[in-house]
Amino acid sequence: MTNTLHRYGNAKSFEDDYIIFAIPCKGKNDQGAVEKLKTFLEICSRHDPVSAGNSEMGSYRPSMKLGPSVHWARDTRPDHRSVIEAVHSMRTVAAVFDSRDKAESCLRDVIAADLGLSVNVAASVEGAREVAAACGIKRHSVEYSLGFNDPHDRLPSGGVLQLSTMCGHGMVSSALAAKMLDLVREGRRSPHEAAVTLARFCPCGAFNPVRAKRLLEEGRP
Amino acid sequence: MRIDPRKCVACANCIPVCPVGAIAIDPSINRAMIDYDECVECSTCYRGMSQEHLNPSLIRAVRHVAKLFRFRFEPEPDVCPTAAFVLDELEWPRIVRRVFSDPVVEHTSTGIHGRGTEEVKTNDVAKRIGRGEVGYVIEMGRPGVGVRFNEIQTMTSALAEIGVVFEAKNPITHLMTEVAKGKLREDLLNEKILSAIVETRTTVDEVQAVLDTVDDVARRIDTVVSVGVSTRCDEDGEDMELAPLLTELGYGLERAKTNVGLGRATNIPSGEDSSDEYAAPVR
Repeated sequence: MTNTLHRYGNAKSFEDDYIIFAIPCKGKNDQGAVEKLKTFLEICSRHDPVSAGNSEMGSYRPSMKLGPSVHWARDTRPDHRSVIEAVHSMRTVAAVFDSRDKAESCLRDVIAADLGLSVNVAASVEGAREVAAACGIKRHSVEYSLGFNDPHDRLPSGGVLQLSTMCGHGMVSSALAAKMLDLVREGRRSPHEAAVTLARFCPCGAFNPVRAKRLLEEGRP
Repeated sequence: MRIDPRKCVACANCIPVCPVGAIAIDPSINRAMIDYDECVECSTCYRGMSQEHLNPSLIRAVRHVAKLFRFRFEPEPDVCPTAAFVLDELEWPRIVRRVFSDPVVEHTSTGIHGRGTEEVKTNDVAKRIGRGEVGYVIEMGRPGVGVRFNEIQTMTSALAEIGVVFEAKNPITHLMTEVAKGKLREDLLNEKILSAIVETRTTVDEVQAVLDTVDDVARRIDTVVSVGVSTRCDEDGEDMELAPLLTELGYGLERAKTNVGLGRATNIPSGEDSSDEYAAPVR
């Protein structure tokens, strides 16, 4: 899973985008991992994440039993608690933060908890380095994104890609991201409503609705 | 995946939801239809759209009246009003579409969700990539274009020709019939998936050869390729080799995934040694 690596944008565009995730290594530290993963998410939830996920569900989710009033009044609040409670097997769990300060304070608590799971920070190259340094730890490994190699021009515009690639598994389609940009430009949806609509399609919870809201606001004339 | 024509009201909400653009309204029957060959079975339409379970006949009548008066009702954009999507039971080989495209489905070959590999995320425990080595995560099809296995095979064959080795604990490697040649199962070659990751590793001095090969193949296949390149940091937590080399080769390094080194082996040993996770030793 490179779900959080290849986000479209430059380093500055990731200033409100820090993802911290924990993952057990199969055969090495997966015994008893479920409780540790839950503990990790509990710690993250104390630092005001903008989203969280457990590889099957995120803090923003579709509803399978909406009433007709949904078209005029819809709940757009995140639900982290259900994400934590639904961890029942080995998987990757993640939390998304909209500031370096939150990411740092969360990572400090994760270090103190000494869970023994692998923990990664996905952010700008410097952003991740600074978070690690501020917490007094030396990076073990680093994986750089070399961006998208698209010689046949199959990809949409950068403004659309910045939104759609926040779900690295591709569950947020470019067409839907473009539609949300249009709805916001035309004043038919607020940036927050459009951002949450997109977030509901990301089952890993790695989609950052705060960054999306900012990008949608910037897309307005 | 299919859409139940008895339930569909042709509201078209699902059309932009599909990551590969496989849904369209068939004007001859006024229902949404899925292009079976293009659908990658990612379940985004089925799982991602909220549902209302309204009566289809009632909704069609309301839409018909509104259309007569040229009224436009603007529904929530992510809602299927009649829960018209049906998740099919899939047979081999089509089932690989779902396994590779739906991130909540676990890859049985590796026991991992998503694209089915741990990459460098567990390097502090798995020790896949050592100092002086470089790991490559070559993903094809993302974002939103998709890829067929014959295109993946074009990439794996080209990489095999320059002598790289493929990560053993990777779903694509598991589908190879000749790992040394990068050959995949014949019966899968026309199957389309949302994306897949090919993983390999080399020494630092082979980075340019690998990236040049990837560039060359990317021009020959009709999809998008995104590459992640990883390494083990030095004792000070710095990368003084790979990042300067990539910069010299012209890559702008904006984003990274950083393993902060908190993991450790805690399982009770079973005596099984899996220290080398690659299909063959690195050259």
